[in-house]
Amino acid sequence: MPEAGLLSVLPINEFVFFINKVVIGGLIIGSVYALGAIGVTLILGILRFAHFPHGDMMTAGAFFALVCASLAPHVGDPFGLPSAFVLMPVAMAATAAMAVWLDKAFYAPLRRANVKPVVMVMSSVGVMLMLQGLIRLFAGTGTRQLDPGPKDIYRIPAGGRDLIVTQPQLLLFIFTAVAVVALHFFLTRSRMGKAMRAVADNAELARVSGISIDHVVRTTWIIAGALAAAGGTLLALDVTFKADLSFNIILPVFAAAIVGGVGHPYGAVVGGMLVGFTETLAVFNWSVLLRPLQPYLPEFVEIPSKIAFVPTEYKIVIPFFILIAVLIWRPTGIFKGRTN
Amino acid sequence: MPLLEMSDIHAGYGGANILNGVSIAIEADEIGVIVGPNGAGKSTSLKALFGLLKVSEGAIVFDGETITNAVPETLVRKGLSFVPQEYNVFPTLSVEENLEMGAYVRRDSFRHLIDMVYGFFPPLKEKRRQPAGELSGGQRQMVAIGRALMSEPKLLLLDEPTAGLSPRYMGEIFERILAVNASGVGILMVEQNARQALGFAHRGFVLANGQNRFTGTGAELLADPEVAKSFLGGGD
Ligand SMILES: Nc1ncnc2c1ncn2[C@@H]1O[C@H](COP(=O)(O)OP(=O)(O)OP(=O)(O)O)[C@@H](O)[C@H]1O
Ligand SMILES: [Mg+2]
Repeated sequence: MPEAGLLSVLPINEFVFFINKVVIGGLIIGSVYALGAIGVTLILGILRFAHFPHGDMMTAGAFFALVCASLAPHVGDPFGLPSAFVLMPVAMAATAAMAVWLDKAFYAPLRRANVKPVVMVMSSVGVMLMLQGLIRLFAGTGTRQLDPGPKDIYRIPAGGRDLIVTQPQLLLFIFTAVAVVALHFFLTRSRMGKAMRAVADNAELARVSGISIDHVVRTTWIIAGALAAAGGTLLALDVTFKADLSFNIILPVFAAAIVGGVGHPYGAVVGGMLVGFTETLAVFNWSVLLRPLQPYLPEFVEIPSKIAFVPTEYKIVIPFFILIAVLIWRPTGIFKGRTN
Repeated sequence: MPLLEMSDIHAGYGGANILNGVSIAIEADEIGVIVGPNGAGKSTSLKALFGLLKVSEGAIVFDGETITNAVPETLVRKGLSFVPQEYNVFPTLSVEENLEMGAYVRRDSFRHLIDMVYGFFPPLKEKRRQPAGELSGGQRQMVAIGRALMSEPKLLLLDEPTAGLSPRYMGEIFERILAVNASGVGILMVEQNARQALGFAHRGFVLANGQNRFTGTGAELLADPEVAKSFLGGGD
C-alpha cells in the first residue's frame, strides 16, 4: 500500500509547525509593517519627505495605550478583550494629535520657507531623536506588559499539531484588514481622499484647483498617526512594550513602503506582507521540515539541527537586502511608485 | 467696468522682476489673447494674476474687487480658474475625478456640471473612468479645461491650450473654447498660434520683455504692420 506509506512519510506535524512559524508569523509581523508603511508612503507621496520618526510614533502610540490601560485596567473585561485594545482609539487620537502638532511645530515652518528636501529629512531625523528621548523619559527603558492577564490562545486542530493564534494576533490581523478596506474607500470615494491623491499627483495643480493643501496635510498626519498608533499598540500587545520598539521596525517599514512603490497605500500593504514573510522564511529553521527524511537518507548524510538562511539575531539585515534588491531591479517598487 | 483689470504689474520669481509693467483689461464675456515671443512673460503674467507669485507693484481688480496677491483658493471661489501650460491634469486620477477636483471648493451638488463638461468635450464621457495620464495630448487638454470649468468661473485663464497638438486637435480645442465663451465665460488665454487666435480675440495683448508692446482689439493687432512684422512671423 504505497499510499499509506506516503502519508506516513508526509511530515504533517512539521508542516503545521511551518504554517505557525512562517505563514501566521509572517502575516502578523507583515500587518504591523503594513500599518506603519501606509503612513510612511502617504507622507512621502503628499509631503515629499522620508518620515523617520514613524517608528517612534508607533512606539508613542503603544505608550499612550499602555497609559490608558493602566488608568482603566478593567474596561476590556466585559468584552473579553485587553483593555489596551478597547482603549486603542484613544491612543490613536492622541498620536494623531501629536503628529499634527509635530508637523505644525517642526515641518510646516520649513515647508513655508520652501526648503530643499534634504532639509526636511534632516529635520525629520531631529524629530526622531527628540521623540526617542521623550519616550525614554516617560516610559523608561524597561519592558512592560500592555495586558497583564494571560493571552487568550486559539488552537485549530490540524491533524496532529494545532495551528496556534493568540488573541492579540487575531485582533491585529482583523484590524489591519478593516483599516485597509476603510482606507481604500476613503481614498477612492470621499472628497478629501480624492484631494489627497490629487495632491500626491500634482500639488501645484491641486492648489490651482482651490484644494486646501493645509487640510490635506492635516488629514494625512491624522491617518498616518492613527495607523501608526494602532500598529504599535497591537505589536506591543503581541510581544511587549519597550521604548526601543521602533528600532526593529523602522527599517522594515521603510523597506515595505519602497518595495510597494512610494505613494501607493496598497503597495505598502503588499510590501509589508512581503517583508514580513521574507523575514519569517529567512529565519525559519528548515531542518525541522527535513528531519523526517533522515531515515530515508544514506548514513553519511546528516541533517544539521539548524538550517536557516539568516540567524534570528540578524533578522534586521533582511529588509536591508530587500531594499537593495528592489532598488537594483525594480526601483519604482511593485506598484509603479514615483521616482522623482 | 472691466471684468478684469491688471494695471502696471511688476512681479518675479524671487530674483529680479520678470514683469515690468504689464497691463491687461478685458470685459465680461470677452476673449482676450496674450501673444509674444518665448520668455516674454506671458505665463508669468497669468501666474501673477492667479496668486502663484508675488506681485510687487501694480493692482489687479477682478469683478470690482482688488485681488492682488490673493491665494488661488480665494480666487477660485471668486470665479477665476486657471489651466497651467504644463502638468495640468492629475495623471493617476480618473477623468471624472479630475473634474471633481475642479469642483473641490463647491459644497453643493455638481453632477450637472460634469454633464456640462461632457457636453463640451464628448470624448471625455467614454473615458471617464480612465486615468487622465493615459489620454492623448488633446484629450488631456480637454480634461484640464473641463476641470477648470467645474467651479463655474466668470473668467477662465488658459496658458497655451493648443501647445503640442496636431492641427486637427488644435482646431477642435479652439472651437470648444469659443463654445465655452459663448456660454458666458470670459477667456484670457496665452497662444502661440497668434494669427489664428487674434482672429477670434476681442482683445489682444502683445508682450515682450515683461511689458506690453501692443494692445488693441484682435482685428487691430492683425491689421497693424508693426505687429505683423515682429510678432506674427512671415506675412501669410
Ligand atoms: N519658475 C521660474 N523661476 C524663475 N524664473 C522663471 C520661472 N519660470 C519662468 N521664468 C523666467 O521668466 C521669464 C518669462 O517666462 P514665461 O514662462 O513667463 O515666458 P512665456 O512668455 O510664457 O514663454 P513661453 O512661450 O516659452 O511659454 C523667462 O526668462 C523665464 O526664464
Ligand atoms: Mg509660457
